[in-house]
Amino acid sequence: MRRYLIRRLLASVVTIIGATFVVFALSRVAGDPLLLYANPEGYGRTPEQIRALEKHLGLDKPFIVQYLVWVGHMLQGDLGQSLAGERKVSKVILEKVGATTQLAIAGWALATFVGVPIGIISAVYRGTMWDYIGRFVALFGQAIPNFWLGIVMVLLFSVWQEWLPSGLRGEGFDIKFFIMPAIVVGTSSMAGYLRITRSSMLEILDSEFIRLARGKGASATAVIWKHALRNSLIQPITLSTLLLAGLLNGTLVAEAVFAWPGLGRTMLEAVNNNDFPVLTGGVLVFVIIYVVFSLIADLLYIVIDPRIRYT
Amino acid sequence: MSEISTGYYADATEVATPLRGRSAIGRGYAFLRRWPILPGIVLALLVISAIFAPWIAPQEPNVQALRDRNAPPVWMDDGERELTQSYLLGADQVGRDVLSRIIYGARISLAVAGVALVSGLVVGVTLGLVAAWYGGVIDEVIARAVDIWHALPFLLVAIVVVTLFGGSLTVLMGVLAMVSWAGFVRNVRADVLTLREREYVLMARVCGASPARVIVRHILPGVVPTIMVIATLAVGGLILTEATLSFLGAGIPAPTPSWGLMVSEGREYLTTAWWSSFFPGLAIFLVVMSLNFMGDWIRDFTDPRLRQQAD
Repeated sequence: MRRYLIRRLLASVVTIIGATFVVFALSRVAGDPLLLYANPEGYGRTPEQIRALEKHLGLDKPFIVQYLVWVGHMLQGDLGQSLAGERKVSKVILEKVGATTQLAIAGWALATFVGVPIGIISAVYRGTMWDYIGRFVALFGQAIPNFWLGIVMVLLFSVWQEWLPSGLRGEGFDIKFFIMPAIVVGTSSMAGYLRITRSSMLEILDSEFIRLARGKGASATAVIWKHALRNSLIQPITLSTLLLAGLLNGTLVAEAVFAWPGLGRTMLEAVNNNDFPVLTGGVLVFVIIYVVFSLIADLLYIVIDPRIRYT
Repeated sequence: MSEISTGYYADATEVATPLRGRSAIGRGYAFLRRWPILPGIVLALLVISAIFAPWIAPQEPNVQALRDRNAPPVWMDDGERELTQSYLLGADQVGRDVLSRIIYGARISLAVAGVALVSGLVVGVTLGLVAAWYGGVIDEVIARAVDIWHALPFLLVAIVVVTLFGGSLTVLMGVLAMVSWAGFVRNVRADVLTLREREYVLMARVCGASPARVIVRHILPGVVPTIMVIATLAVGGLILTEATLSFLGAGIPAPTPSWGLMVSEGREYLTTAWWSSFFPGLAIFLVVMSLNFMGDWIRDFTDPRLRQQAD
């Protein structure tokens, strides 16, 4: 058990290091980053000034040293300066991460509380109309381009019927502003939860211990809600991480469609401004969120399912 | 109780006699699921459009007619505006025929997804084979690489790459190939691990066949069904990702007719000309849905054991 935990933690650390390295490498391979800093293309600066700037930014050192320096700063919470606003990257990220988290939670809640129940119903009433509706919802949710879904909803509910605002986050907390972005974020994950719950519920309903429960005369309600449901929720919970990536991508798209003032939109702007410190910092945040959550899910797996014993 | 039990005791007989004792919708769905006619038609249309675009499209995809800016689809045309010609699905903000652009867009979608899939497939399958065959450190390194890849916020990384290297068809294909490879590794690896213990493989090795020969002649054919299913399911995802990237402005540059780009361009004119972003999005949706449907179907067809779990 302890060995498994240590191994798992080490793997997480390796993942974070690898992912940041990829991102850092990307920001350096595509051309001289110096020109980004000495914008525009060193215009109005003497060669000596540029050389000094290079030294100041540490760009004259070998690539791997630059990476290590960056990691060192990062560990102290210093992600560098934003190029556009000349502000601290850590500040920019802290400012924006709240709005994105709210949106991601809203999307996740929608995915869970719609996807899991439909999956259960679909499995319990297998082969009936309810099942086909459920399966169609799953197919629909996985295939629909989320940005287009957002636009169609804006068309229907903001342009043709003026029920919901077409964008932004509103003052304070207004649920109206959350509805459409949350749907955009959560739809594909909802479909994922639905499929996983359905197949795991079907498998459980077919298992020996359910047969036994039925055989001893437990009512159908008790069998489904007490025996089957608890066991079939293990899979959806542990597979959450697979859906997490979809959720994070979803916030990126939703923020672009609805002008949501969060991290995703800041990063899309950073791309346009070639603001690499902000980009690498933001990617780092996304990676850490992902790794931490997949670790939690793996640990939950052990807690929830006592049959699992790692050595 | 009785209602619950219909779904509750459904078992293998359902597969044998799928069309009996169901609601009309259920029967229809079961029939369409068994014989994927609708998805087949959609995909056939897609391929035909892609190949014969110049002959089918009513107009050139990039010819502008500024007088016909945002011209409505033909059935909504009230004749108030004088148009130089009629447009079946309307015209966009510079008077280009939406239908023609969708037809030409099929080429882009298919080309990008196809090339990305094949290159990702070759890399992913090779790595999966190598990981399972040699095991040990090599296996571990490949597993970590896949983990790191999954942890990267892919959409963001793709946007960064496209910004760095400039948007073009080649760059986009490369970026999408980077997505598709990881999906193959794990499944192929798992398959090979079981296959390599089979008697016929052991026999081949005892007879002195070289590792390369064993892998290519005896193991690879056994993995083909898995590869096929993953590939079909992956194409939908690739088309969706290409569209999302193009929508976010990190795809193929204008004026190339890409569906995602069309949705994005038309979005600005949602209040006056909804058709120019609605129909391209609908095309993406239908194609991806058909592909996913086909993927499920092929899986059921090639491996009936997976049927219950999967659908």
